[in-house]
Amino acid sequence: NTFTLPLRTEEKVTINFVNRDGKKISVTALTGNSILDVVVDQNLDFDGFGACEGTLACSTCHVILEEDVYKKLGSISDEEMDMLDLAYGLTDTSRLGCQVCLRKDLEGMLLRVPETVADARVDSQQESST
Amino acid sequence: AADGWRGLSSASSPRVCVVGGGPAGFYTAQQLLKARQDALVDIYERLPVPFGLVRFGVAPDHPEVKNVINTFTQTAHHERCSFHGNVNVGRDVSVEELRQAYHAVVLSNGAEANRPMGIPGENLSGVFAAKDFVGWYNGIPANKELCPDLSCETAVILGQGNVALDVARILLSPLDMLKATDITQHALNALAGSGVRRVLIVGRRGPLQIACTIKELRELGNLPNTRPELLLGDLEGIEETLKDLPRPRKRLTELLLKAVNGGDNKAEKSWSFRFCRSPVEVLAGADGKRAAGIRLALNKLEGSGENVRAVPTDQLEDVNCGLIISSIGYKSILIDPAVPFDPRRSVVPNDMGRVQDAPGLYCSGWVKRGPTGVIATTMNDSFDTAHVILQDMESGLLDLSIKKPGAQAISGLLQTRGVRTVLFSEWEKINAEEERRGKPHGKPREKLLDVEEMLQIAWS
Ligand SMILES: Cc1cc2nc3c(=O)[nH]c(=O)nc-3n(C[C@H](O)[C@H](O)[C@H](O)COP(=O)(O)OP(=O)(O)OC[C@H]3O[C@@H](n4cnc5c(N)ncnc54)[C@H](O)[C@@H]3O)c2cc1C
Ligand code: FES
Repeated sequence: NTFTLPLRTEEKVTINFVNRDGKKISVTALTGNSILDVVVDQNLDFDGFGACEGTLACSTCHVILEEDVYKKLGSISDEEMDMLDLAYGLTDTSRLGCQVCLRKDLEGMLLRVPETVADARVDSQQESST
Repeated sequence: AADGWRGLSSASSPRVCVVGGGPAGFYTAQQLLKARQDALVDIYERLPVPFGLVRFGVAPDHPEVKNVINTFTQTAHHERCSFHGNVNVGRDVSVEELRQAYHAVVLSNGAEANRPMGIPGENLSGVFAAKDFVGWYNGIPANKELCPDLSCETAVILGQGNVALDVARILLSPLDMLKATDITQHALNALAGSGVRRVLIVGRRGPLQIACTIKELRELGNLPNTRPELLLGDLEGIEETLKDLPRPRKRLTELLLKAVNGGDNKAEKSWSFRFCRSPVEVLAGADGKRAAGIRLALNKLEGSGENVRAVPTDQLEDVNCGLIISSIGYKSILIDPAVPFDPRRSVVPNDMGRVQDAPGLYCSGWVKRGPTGVIATTMNDSFDTAHVILQDMESGLLDLSIKKPGAQAISGLLQTRGVRTVLFSEWEKINAEEERRGKPHGKPREKLLDVEEMLQIAWS
């Protein structure tokens, strides 16, 4: 369509995942997509990733970023923090993959998909949370 | 040809069955199917409809949580998976019979009973287990006749977990927020005439031990025309402890502190937490039949952090209320006397999902871990169980050289017992009918409440 030029043209960025087994996976995706979109579109096999389909209701899209990237991304909504608080292996540079969108300046960023081995501490913390 | 080839090979396809079609059952099946290209998985579910507490527990105003149903549906459509609804394991077929027919049996039957309060007056009218109240607004067939009387002004909920907050939210939400959800029509009608204006959420322990998650607390705080009515004194001194708390507990407590000071004074409805109180007795009204109040014992707290214990004092407090909902926990039930069961913890005793002293028997989900945690917790724990089963297949602990008949044998048994199953494609007819009935009301679905009617539509 020649009349509605996009405000910003989509660009390609390459990002790197480290999966739960410690294996590195590099993928190229368009800016504007969320990390969850990338995982789904590229069929990346991270067990259980994105259970609520990006609606901020599950925390299974938890990824751990490097500190500089984490800072670069800026502020996080309360709702994202709320769900992150339930994630296994929460760190200071954790984000939810469905809430982080690719930008050109994230080229080469590294995302660690944390392990989800049942952790006794997490369980006792959530005791009777129903 | 395929059969001849199979006959010659030393190992047959591993056949696994899962008891229960909730998140634990589906996530266990999903992982097994993915990890072994030769595994066949059958899911047996008591009801004609799948998804367990995702359908019957998760609040109607949390539709996003129910997105997991899409993944479960994909699993059910998998060519090596089949769903057999309307099969009550323990009654229609025994666990022993399943163990004969399959290499491995996974118990994923959840936690379907409620923990009683064990106090006098518990059976008065106006007192409900949260499980039943939730079942009433979510369409559990067994709870369709509950008809709670909502004419009173004050409701007391015992327990401060997410289920308690779900119930409080449903009682206080403006009707407009519920109308377009899959809440049952009878619940919607009753809520439209509700007189409940004030909901007290009572916990045994203190503000630093509330068991809900922050999302649920935030939602309560955001309800229109509703203000928090927390007692300042209850939260005294808490600000100083904040810095030492782990992040989730810290953020939850900060939100609680914010609620004390916030709130619209013109709001007509209110909610509040009452801490350090245990129910002692439900007080009857003049007719001796209906609940008119509840007597609470004031507790003192011993210990610190998450391990704080509540010890009752002899100080008592009476609260007037016409509706009492006890939300102190779900518990699993023994579905078959041949299954090991820990009656104290109400779970199947197991080591990482391997049921104690029962080779080939496994468990996942709430029946394994107890009734706590969100769906993601259940998912991880089900993946763990699946990994253990896969390990046992690899190591030979599960003998795959023995050929097992699987569903074929069980179908035969069920047929002779006059039990007709509901296949996944037949559930999809029920699903379509529910969606059709919801449409004119702008609802995603109107749930069928009657098992007979479900069966009729399934088999039509
Ligand atoms: C009221 C409520 C609200 C919740 N809300 C949320 C939420 O918003 N977000 C969230 O993440 N989690 C929520 N949860 C938690 C979530 O529902 C559980 O983590 C999860 O459902 C547990 O899965 P399960 O498969 O172990 O048990 P269930 O979901 O209970 O599934 C068990 C299944 O087994 C079947 N079954 C039982 N006995 C038999 C038998 N004898 N034969 C055959 N089948 C049988 C049952 O019919 C059922 O379908 C909520 C829980 C409750 C109770
Ligand atoms: S996919 Fe569920 S919170 Fe991101």
